[in-house]
Amino acid sequence: MLSYIIKRLIYMVFTIAFISVVSFIVIQLPPGDYLTTMISQMEAQGDVVSAELEAALRVRYGLDQPMHKQYFTWVTRILTRLDFGYSFAYNQPVRNLLGDRLLMTMAVSASAMLFAWIVAFPIGIISAVKQYSLFDYFSTFLGFLGMATPSFLLALVLLWVCYQVFGTNASGLFSQEFINAPWSMARVGDMLSRIWLPMIVGGFQSAAGLIRTLRANMLDELRKPYVTTAKAKGLANAFLIIKYPVRIAINPFLSSVAWMFPQLISGMSITGIVLNLPTLGPLLLNSLQNQDMYLAGSVVLILSVLTVTGTLVSDLLLAWVDPRIRYQ
Amino acid sequence: MERQMIEDNFELEFEADPNDAIYNASHWKLMWMRFRKHKLAMIGVVIVIFMYTLALFAEFIAPNDPNFTSSQYSYRPPQRIRIIDSEKNWHWPFVYGLKQARDPVTLRLNYVEDTSVRVPISLFVRGSEYTAWGRVEGNLHLFGTKDGPWFPLGTDRLGRCILSRIIYGARISTTIGLVGVLLSFVFGLILGGISGFYGGAVDIVVQRITEFLSSMPQIPLWMALSAALPANLPPLQMYFGITIILSLFAWTGLARVVRGKFLSLRQEDFVMAATLSGTSNAKIIRRHLIPTFTSHIIAQITLSIPAMIIGETSLSFIGVGLRPPTISWGVLLREAQNLRTISQAPWLLIPGLFIIATVLAFNFMGDGLRDAADPYSQ
Repeated sequence: MLSYIIKRLIYMVFTIAFISVVSFIVIQLPPGDYLTTMISQMEAQGDVVSAELEAALRVRYGLDQPMHKQYFTWVTRILTRLDFGYSFAYNQPVRNLLGDRLLMTMAVSASAMLFAWIVAFPIGIISAVKQYSLFDYFSTFLGFLGMATPSFLLALVLLWVCYQVFGTNASGLFSQEFINAPWSMARVGDMLSRIWLPMIVGGFQSAAGLIRTLRANMLDELRKPYVTTAKAKGLANAFLIIKYPVRIAINPFLSSVAWMFPQLISGMSITGIVLNLPTLGPLLLNSLQNQDMYLAGSVVLILSVLTVTGTLVSDLLLAWVDPRIRYQ
Repeated sequence: MERQMIEDNFELEFEADPNDAIYNASHWKLMWMRFRKHKLAMIGVVIVIFMYTLALFAEFIAPNDPNFTSSQYSYRPPQRIRIIDSEKNWHWPFVYGLKQARDPVTLRLNYVEDTSVRVPISLFVRGSEYTAWGRVEGNLHLFGTKDGPWFPLGTDRLGRCILSRIIYGARISTTIGLVGVLLSFVFGLILGGISGFYGGAVDIVVQRITEFLSSMPQIPLWMALSAALPANLPPLQMYFGITIILSLFAWTGLARVVRGKFLSLRQEDFVMAATLSGTSNAKIIRRHLIPTFTSHIIAQITLSIPAMIIGETSLSFIGVGLRPPTISWGVLLREAQNLRTISQAPWLLIPGLFIIATVLAFNFMGDGLRDAADPYSQ
């Protein structure tokens, strides 16, 4: 097991290093840089930007250096001081912008995951046990719908429904008075009263996939002879199902959770933008449009690290549960 | 006992009957026979054909010019098609005209049906001029009205007909999946094929690349890459740019399937026979291996189209994908971006129904194809 973990960790380090290069290159792809955006904005306001001033600014922002040098400075600072560079547009260190949003992204993704689990678990089992019942058809339909609806569309529709029914705007993670308030019990309470919308939007698609997997696994198990044996011995049906087939059917369920969490984090970017959440998604979009390169690069890097770590953790979990993987 | 023997005998004869359709059917015919039994898949096929028909004949089917703007038609609600008028008389299908009225409570200007104006709907009407496929000029529309405007699904902020825009948008939104899948198919087939057929070091390298790509967060990178496309790119180049970005990640899934198939087929006797009789590797791949798993590939391709459609609409919706004046379903939904607009004009969300229907249809079709891909299994 130890050698497996070490092997995976080494892979992970290489992957992340490679991702950091790729994300830096991608961020640099658009023609021009933040300075050209800034200068064109200043010129639109009527300011005249001389060539000297431009050169001076370029030196100040470190944009006069060749790309590979910029990259190495950026990476060394991240590794040595956890300094992600400076956001030109927000005029403050990238790290200050990331902290809270990273936490929020994790919180919202984790709650969406929880939602998907809680919904998928009973529905998947019941629709397998009562195959071809009305409930089964309904949940199958729901599952198909969940996979076919883009998250942003679901978010829009739910926002609209909320507005029609309750007359309130349910977007955002905090009410008006708590947006900039320091953390307190009241603020946490406010967040909990609003988190259900991103939770549903983010978790719906995953729940749909999980229901399908769980149902299929359960159906396979229910047909096996040991179930018949247990029934013949007179075990109560509910007890029997929970005790044996569910425990086996849940195994691949764990593995699908593995690839789900990274997908959730990645998908949360768009949900975050539509629902105006204080997560990394809107920050990324903003920085991409402004060519705020260190901010954009850092967000892509952090999201990648989250994805890779998520995959690793779930693989380890799976290896722990299933010895066949461990000893391969 | 005797009866059993007769039955056995009968079955034997049945199997040997050379005239029976099943035993003479080709691989593709068997697939079709099985596919036809999958009801949802057949519904999917109908919907997909419908959508592509819309896309192909957009100019003729759309009742209005999708780019015609008019401030006096801003945010008109959908007009209901009726056959019974307010005095309970039956008519040929018609719509009522709309007039503006102020809401007594909110004082907002609303449209209400004007029951004194009856606008009959007719088939094959002459309407706005168009040039179809860049060469055929015409003004004939499948349906429309002669006296008075009719917007079947309402209008947007600039007074443009939503239905017509959806129909034109089908052109972009339904083909982006096809073109993208075609691209990733080429990538996936080449890389997956090489990796599965040769194995060894080549296999390891390709495997690492696919693993690396699939470990990256897809949506943030889509966003970063499409934001990297210059905003002033001509529509056609933008379209291909987005397509390439979408297929950049999609090919890994296809490559995995192709590789798996190659790995298992490589062991088959017919490959050995071909190798022994001196056939070159390239020819074995082309003549023997590819035809064997074409049906699986088609199923896999169909199943990867929905992700592309959703990808395009999502990117266009948040403003880094296709941009106006290009019309796609994502661009249309961008009109419905904030709550105020949606609550004032909920019909702006209708393009979403077309997205869901198309994605569902492809999913059903893909499921059916996957089941039918191996017609010899039970």
